[in-house]
Amino acid sequence: MTEQLQSANRSAIKAEGLTKSFPGVRAVEALSFDVRAGEIFGLVGPDGAGKTTTLRMLAGVMPPDAGKATVAAFDVVRDPEGAKHALSYMPQRFGLYDDLTVDENIRFYADLFGVRRAEREERSTELLKAAGMSEFRKRLAGKLSGGMKQKLGLVCALIHRPKVILLDEPTTGVDPISRRDFWRILYELIAEGVAILITTAYLDEAERCHRVALLNQGKLLFCDTPANLKARIGKDVLSVIAPEPRRLRSALEHADGISSLVLTGDGLHVVVDDAARRIPEFEARLKSANVPFDAIHQVAPTIEDLFVDAVAGGASSHA
Amino acid sequence: MPEQETSVAVENLVKRFGDFVAVDRINLDIRKGEVFGFLGPNGAGKSTTIRMLCGLLKPTSGRARVAGYDVAREPEAVRQNIGYMSQKFSLYNDLKVIENIRLFAGLYSVTPGKLKERIEWALAMANLKGRENLITGTLPGGWKQRLALGCAVLHKPPIIFLDEPTSGVDPISRRQFWDLIHQMAEEGVTVFVTTHYMEEAEYCNRLALIFRGKIVALGTPSELKRDAMKGELLLIECEPLGSAVEALQSAPDVMDAAVFGNALHLVVPDADAAVPRMEKYLANHGIVVSRIEKIRPSLEDVFVSLTTARDAGEERTA
Repeated sequence: MTEQLQSANRSAIKAEGLTKSFPGVRAVEALSFDVRAGEIFGLVGPDGAGKTTTLRMLAGVMPPDAGKATVAAFDVVRDPEGAKHALSYMPQRFGLYDDLTVDENIRFYADLFGVRRAEREERSTELLKAAGMSEFRKRLAGKLSGGMKQKLGLVCALIHRPKVILLDEPTTGVDPISRRDFWRILYELIAEGVAILITTAYLDEAERCHRVALLNQGKLLFCDTPANLKARIGKDVLSVIAPEPRRLRSALEHADGISSLVLTGDGLHVVVDDAARRIPEFEARLKSANVPFDAIHQVAPTIEDLFVDAVAGGASSHA
Repeated sequence: MPEQETSVAVENLVKRFGDFVAVDRINLDIRKGEVFGFLGPNGAGKSTTIRMLCGLLKPTSGRARVAGYDVAREPEAVRQNIGYMSQKFSLYNDLKVIENIRLFAGLYSVTPGKLKERIEWALAMANLKGRENLITGTLPGGWKQRLALGCAVLHKPPIIFLDEPTSGVDPISRRQFWDLIHQMAEEGVTVFVTTHYMEEAEYCNRLALIFRGKIVALGTPSELKRDAMKGELLLIECEPLGSAVEALQSAPDVMDAAVFGNALHLVVPDADAAVPRMEKYLANHGIVVSRIEKIRPSLEDVFVSLTTARDAGEERTA
């Protein structure tokens, strides 16, 4: 435990004022954050938020215009080779060879990273087991499902026991079951003191990280634990279930106290100032308008609620 | 739902590849104007079903009617009456906005008499009037996606298939997009959505979950969250998390344990009864519990519970 605490105080990744522009667009703007050993840190935001650019700068494959970054104590600009040795970077399209088997792909990456044979065997057995892929060692990579391919990519990226792992949208297009397997491997890794930086466009996936940097258009909106982020919205969220969601919306959209209102498949998701006050008001309003509804519940705010509140001031979704 | 007319009717649909039964006697009844979500893990039979519904693959047995046409006997008519849009592949990025619209109008055989009106309509819907000559690849994500939808429905199909239509799109554009979808549904278009993202599934009126070729759950999102889950869900915050997961692997009555950041989600048969027992069990293993409470399952919890419970060889009637 004390060892864990000590390692928790070391920054495995430190970004200070990272900035990068491409013609006509400021991709990343003065971004600062740090990731500790044994931590899963999420860079979360929609396409175009600057997630991939940030990862490329940290991986030492793209120099920043300004700012600095250290990975495992190596300066990624001045000593990119040192940094590359300590980290593993899994880009969105990880280079697996479709016509090689699972084992052959692993062997290829092990050789590339200079992993000795005995160690390679031990490590790949352990990783394939964690990935639930032990029985697929002889299968061609091209014959694997999307989720399996992503897990094999991760196994290859981890074969040399890197201290820092950079994963760019590893779960995009992966089904929820494989997604859970993937995250289970990540949680097993942090016990070894590895620092993990992962990007995702899915705001609900942020819940699985220890800390999250919420990005939009190259800028950092917030950086905190998922629980603190959700508390930060300072508003209450209601879920209203009803057989005719559109009628429900017409009846409620001009009610007082609403800062955002979204039509879902079987009701409404409403952000309000004060649930205790608004629930009885809404119930009365719906009854007098004769709009049927099953229930109004207060639900926990989501990171999406915070994102919308921060970016649109909560006023957009009526439009 | 004001309309009760059936738009997609599937009866005992089966598809076999050799000995492998990819789709095993499924039944679906989708109403006109319904936003219907079709979920399932990779390899569960989802794509095979959709290929049959689009008239691209002949069923082994059973029947499916789409927009009134039989998918086995009238596949051409089926294809003319559907639209298809995917977030991954839909538009040519190096073509101008107007060129993409013309291309799709040609692919979908929009008649010359209707072409001008449909182009105007698509531009208005995508909010791209006056921007016809912009290169598609330079458009912001939300606009591109509205354009892709406009292109997919240029021939006014009564049914549209959407595959993860809003993956990667920012939440504000995504909400606007789904508003548009619900508007189209209100006007009578049937929307068939496939996705791995539960955030998208929440926007559907009804959902079906397919697993190992069979429909294992069917209902509104709130019905599924209330009824379909095998067991109840506990949230536990405790220290140290790693030992807790290990200890819980062999705890009695724990059906599943998953880590969510600093917390655990535990599936148990009865949450209220499990709270004192789990507190005691974890304390006996030297684990300090700071919070333990029953929580409402998310769609993802339901999805995982239904597709892994069966993995463990358990049987359960849908």
